[in-house]
Amino acid sequence: MTGAIPKQDWMDVPAIFREGNFCYPAKKSIVEYHKFPNPREWSPDQDDWKLPEGWEDIILKGLKERLDKFRSLKLFMDICVRCGACADKCHFFLGTGDPKNMPVLRAELLRSVYRNDFTTAGKLLGKMAGGRPMTIGVLKEWFMYAYQCTECRRCSVFCPYGIDTAEVTMMLRELLHLVGVGTNWILEPAANSNRTGNHMGLQPHTFKDNIGYLCDDIETITGVKITPTFNRKGAEILFITPSADVFAEPGIYTAMGYLLLFEHLGLDYTWSTYASEGGNFGLFTSNEMMKKLNAKQYAEAKRLGVKWILGGECGHMWRVLHQYMDTMNGPADFLEVPKSPITNTVFDNAASTKMIHISEFTADLIKNNKLKIDPTRNAHRIPTWHDSCNTARGMGLMDEPRYILDNVVPKWYEMPENTIREKTFCCGSGTGLNTGEIMELRMRSGLPRANAVKHVEEKFGVNTLACVCAIDRATLSALMDYWNPNVKVCGLSELVGNSLIMDGEKERETDLRFEPLVGMEG
Amino acid sequence: MRVLYPFIAVLALIVVAFLGGKVTGLQYLLGVVLPYLAFGVFIVGFVNRVIQWAKSPVPFRIPTTCGQAKSLSWIKQDRLDCPHNKLEVAARMFLEIVLFRSLFRNTKAEIHDGPKLVYGSSKFLWLFALLFHYSFLVIVLRHLRLFTEPIPFFVPLIELADGILQIGAPRLYQTDMIFLAALAFLFLRRVMLRQIRYISLPADYFPLFLIFAIGVTGLLMRYYYRVDIAAVKMITAGLASFSPTLPEGIHPIFFIHVTLVCTLMIYFPFSKLMHMGGVFLSPTRNMSNNNRVVRHINPWNDPAIKPHSYAAYEDEFREFMKGADIPVEKE
Repeated sequence: MTGAIPKQDWMDVPAIFREGNFCYPAKKSIVEYHKFPNPREWSPDQDDWKLPEGWEDIILKGLKERLDKFRSLKLFMDICVRCGACADKCHFFLGTGDPKNMPVLRAELLRSVYRNDFTTAGKLLGKMAGGRPMTIGVLKEWFMYAYQCTECRRCSVFCPYGIDTAEVTMMLRELLHLVGVGTNWILEPAANSNRTGNHMGLQPHTFKDNIGYLCDDIETITGVKITPTFNRKGAEILFITPSADVFAEPGIYTAMGYLLLFEHLGLDYTWSTYASEGGNFGLFTSNEMMKKLNAKQYAEAKRLGVKWILGGECGHMWRVLHQYMDTMNGPADFLEVPKSPITNTVFDNAASTKMIHISEFTADLIKNNKLKIDPTRNAHRIPTWHDSCNTARGMGLMDEPRYILDNVVPKWYEMPENTIREKTFCCGSGTGLNTGEIMELRMRSGLPRANAVKHVEEKFGVNTLACVCAIDRATLSALMDYWNPNVKVCGLSELVGNSLIMDGEKERETDLRFEPLVGMEG
Repeated sequence: MRVLYPFIAVLALIVVAFLGGKVTGLQYLLGVVLPYLAFGVFIVGFVNRVIQWAKSPVPFRIPTTCGQAKSLSWIKQDRLDCPHNKLEVAARMFLEIVLFRSLFRNTKAEIHDGPKLVYGSSKFLWLFALLFHYSFLVIVLRHLRLFTEPIPFFVPLIELADGILQIGAPRLYQTDMIFLAALAFLFLRRVMLRQIRYISLPADYFPLFLIFAIGVTGLLMRYYYRVDIAAVKMITAGLASFSPTLPEGIHPIFFIHVTLVCTLMIYFPFSKLMHMGGVFLSPTRNMSNNNRVVRHINPWNDPAIKPHSYAAYEDEFREFMKGADIPVEKE
């Protein structure tokens, strides 16, 4: 944060691990479960990482393979001119001041090895051309900085060539897995997602019970009894959301919002315990893992015979659904083009993938006056809107949620223009970095987002940070507790659910969090 | 070292060219052989690099969406920053290539007391990058006069516009001045800004010095030494028509200029200067954001990768499912 720059050349500054600056490595049993190479007990803060024999060749071979598979990687290795436009766009750089968190330099960590072994100039001139051989020091650097990037793509917005550090980080992480270097906070949830259907490892009955508890709370608050169905064949719509919405605060309030909304509409839909996770831990593991975990959603839609899929509020989930799903696991020719049974709107923008976002669905309902809404029920909330990186920079979903906000709360405020929409700042803990052991790093990388929230809190009295992402709900809560303790985090559907006037409801005294509504505080 | 070595390299080139320009035997090497060689390396190297990129597939459609996507009929799409079809992509790419649109967005982050992060507009890099590239382009086009017969119609027009201030004789071209000023800015920015200095490599300074030296030697030829233009035109026209000639008594500065230009052409395909070709191929900019409408095909998509099957899932949890009244396929 002081802006000090090390005196040595960046190639001569080693990555030093100590408790608190790294994510814990994946357990041996978890690595074995995934059939990933080199399962062992090890720790980044020990000198010996217990790498396999000839690990350098494994890495270089892996790099060559990926250069041949991804034009993005090959191109981004070659054309960067190091203009530095990306440097102060990264929340990790702004929060830590570590020059290796400048996106350009993070990419150089890989680019230097690429140059040394794969380019004419590098082979001839070595270090003069900015090349360096693959050493254990370089590998350690990769591990440190590939896990100080949330693949949020903010740098890509500002790059004159659109170089996307997310692509570079993905490759770095894939390469590290080839020699058995991975983190537990990612690989264990990935194993859970594979086996139980969700990253929490909730077994089917538990998943159902948890939603049951949410329905009990809904009944207490509204007097309306909701009985959702699970794994029901022949339902019109399959609904998939991140499992954190079913299990963890404040996501559970968002889930209550979904339940109320679908009840309000009388929607013919089902939950699935088998595909009970929208979030995809493969997105930041490897593209193979991404495909494998994502494949459940189409498989389940096919098994249940639904017409189309509705997706809940989640960033990583939607980056995968929007940009990868159809390519990896399509064509979804057993589904129909999504059509809202309430408004008859056909969602042509999902004609092939056949999956739409809850904000698209809800915005259309509001536009067609299909919801009975009382925004004053959210009068105790003065929200601002956080665009999640994946939905904003990987989908272009920006105005649907804003339109919903306009209608379900009396008043809300935008953060400064350089911190929203395509320039939005990441929560700082995406791509599996929302783990406790690196809390200081997370509070730093979340500073730009927290700082923008603070600005509207001071200026307009904002007390709520609304978003459409499950990771955001978890990580921004911690971030707000630290930087802006008076600001609560909520999902958009929570605000929707809370504002709905349900058929047969009792007089409402509290919101979905059992907090009194305005005028009901006595 | 990062600055000094490339500087020495360019100086060495100048010395070699100067000495070579004085020795008759080497004049032919520098004035005829080298240009052909350099031009060949440039063309073959450039095309080869682009082919190398194109050989790798684009497995996923990954545009950076910098605005509202095409969505519900009543939501306004940002057609330039979130293109939905080829036409919109073409418009986005056009602005990217011709006006450096992404660079125009550039901001500068500062930390004020509070701590308060503030972001100000920062258009200097965009401005000077644009000035540099356009001056360079104009200068290259002006040089066509030396290689073509008849001279293309636009060359005199460019010269007229470029010399519109009517300073001195031969008339001073504005682009020459802008070119050197912009290069100086780009260089100073690299050495003055700590962050940029930290990331800069010899490979960043070398082209700056080289191109600056090309500009300066060009200016010296035109305005100071007043090199015999007819003789120069004989050489260049000879090169262009593949019947090279070398008249006597050409000033060494000409050979220095030519050697530096040839070095640039040879260096080009192997360096970051290839962003000239690469910008057209960037998947985050040249693809439509119509992912959920049209299926993108990945040539190496592996059909063998299957999810953990429902059957295996039910086998593991069947009793729990039955206990919780969740429907099962097998009793």
